[in-house]
Amino acid sequence: MTTIVLDSVSRWYGNVVAVNDVSITVGPGITGLLGPNGAGKSTLISMMGGFLAPSTGTVTLDGGPVWRNPEIYRTIGLVPEPEAMYDMVTARQFLLANARLHGLADAGAAAQRALEVVDMVEPSDRPISTYSKGMKQRIKMATALVHDPSVLLLDEPFNGMDPRQRLHLMDLLTRLAADGRTVLFSSHILEEVEQIAGTIEVLVAGRHAASGDYRRIRRLMTERPHQYTIASTDDRRLAGALIAAGAADGVTVGAGVLAVQTSDWGRFVHALPRVAREQGVRLLEVSPADESLESVFAYLVAR
Amino acid sequence: MNVVVGLTARGLLGRRRSLLLVILPVLLLVLAGLTRWASAGSVTDSANLTGGFAMGTLLPLMCLLIGTGVIGPEIDDGSIVYLLAKPLPRRTILFAKLGVGLAAMLVFAVLPVTASAAIAGDEGLQLTAAYGLAALLAGIAYTTLFVALSVLTRNAVIIGLLYALLWETLLGGFVPGIRDVSVRQWALAPAEALLGDNARAWGVESAVTVPVGLSLLAVLVVGATWVAIRRLQTLRLAAAD
Repeated sequence: MTTIVLDSVSRWYGNVVAVNDVSITVGPGITGLLGPNGAGKSTLISMMGGFLAPSTGTVTLDGGPVWRNPEIYRTIGLVPEPEAMYDMVTARQFLLANARLHGLADAGAAAQRALEVVDMVEPSDRPISTYSKGMKQRIKMATALVHDPSVLLLDEPFNGMDPRQRLHLMDLLTRLAADGRTVLFSSHILEEVEQIAGTIEVLVAGRHAASGDYRRIRRLMTERPHQYTIASTDDRRLAGALIAAGAADGVTVGAGVLAVQTSDWGRFVHALPRVAREQGVRLLEVSPADESLESVFAYLVAR
Repeated sequence: MNVVVGLTARGLLGRRRSLLLVILPVLLLVLAGLTRWASAGSVTDSANLTGGFAMGTLLPLMCLLIGTGVIGPEIDDGSIVYLLAKPLPRRTILFAKLGVGLAAMLVFAVLPVTASAAIAGDEGLQLTAAYGLAALLAGIAYTTLFVALSVLTRNAVIIGLLYALLWETLLGGFVPGIRDVSVRQWALAPAEALLGDNARAWGVESAVTVPVGLSLLAVLVVGATWVAIRRLQTLRLAAAD
């Protein structure tokens, strides 16, 4: 049972703040680190993996420091995001090299076991440079598992995987977590994270925006206010009627566009055509303004 | 440590640019043969070739190729993470890489430079021994320096090239002040001493004395190694997030 604790961790590069005052405790089970691209997920994982010093705050592994402490790699297995490996050697040679670097007593057996876990025994005598992206991803996974670590940190592990490989990896991570390991992976796709992660930590623009199980995160994301933009023959009349009917919380009229904010999505979409007909206003265009994932995340931050 | 040595050697020799490691020394040996043929084995001409092109240009270039080749590409593409994410002291990794670099330097740089003096013209292998010693000392210093540079900056090749060509080759040859702060001059000091009276006649001269040259070389090698280890201990490996 291993726990990673981030305490008020910030990291900046020059004037750019990549991670801003984040406190997270990662315990056994699967934790999903969710956030849009550029949110600081990789920076956070680098700090947990001992490859980057926090500018302020501390990162500890079972109470001990992570930074400048190579001994942590007996406990941590790391799956980095970059694809580059020593790809002039075969997968088996590479796994064997990793096992020897860990100083394992029976490196050959450990390499074989890791290859079996990721289902890569059969192609393991080909140079890594001949592999597809998904196969390379599995070899990266195998190198992280070769010493049977109790913590696994994965940076965007599902990138470039086809659906079958994705299911295979999800299954593998679930099994590893069921054995009591601490597994943390990053992703920018909510559906990926909520399928397997017991705990979800949401990171947006370097801030820790939300934390909880997938139900809580899903609720936060769907129960937020929705924005619509409407073009009609009489924006002012329609705006007044929508407010009067209680279908909208707020309206903004200007420049030929009516912006509507509502917290009750169902009520709004039912009321809009009725109100428009009653008022004799013709609707020219109705579109949701902010259904992108980025705006969902932005809402979580502003909350 | 053996694993790091194995992976490093494969990385260094398995890339396309390792062809240069063979082509450049062959070029030098051909030039040495031509020099012998054209000047009928004159030791002064031989010393000019070895002291000029071989020591001044080829040796630093070869050490640059080797020194940046043993660690630079892995830092660039991020694959060094597989070495660093292991319960190994970082100095072990650096020493292994430096060891491969020095061994390659011996084979691909020092041997050809030494051989070129013997081929182009010598008297009882005196010049060969002197330049062999100088090439060995300079090679150790250059290789260590360029390995450290690769750990310090991603622009190690450019900076190293500017240093080798501008500072050591061009300015170091003419400007008196710079000659005192030049690896080549420091390494030539023991060679000059070794040749005794012949040194002046053959034009093997150093700007510094033997104790000064040797101690500056030692300071450089130890200092560069120390800096490289320190830097590797805190190497930042953050993806472009």
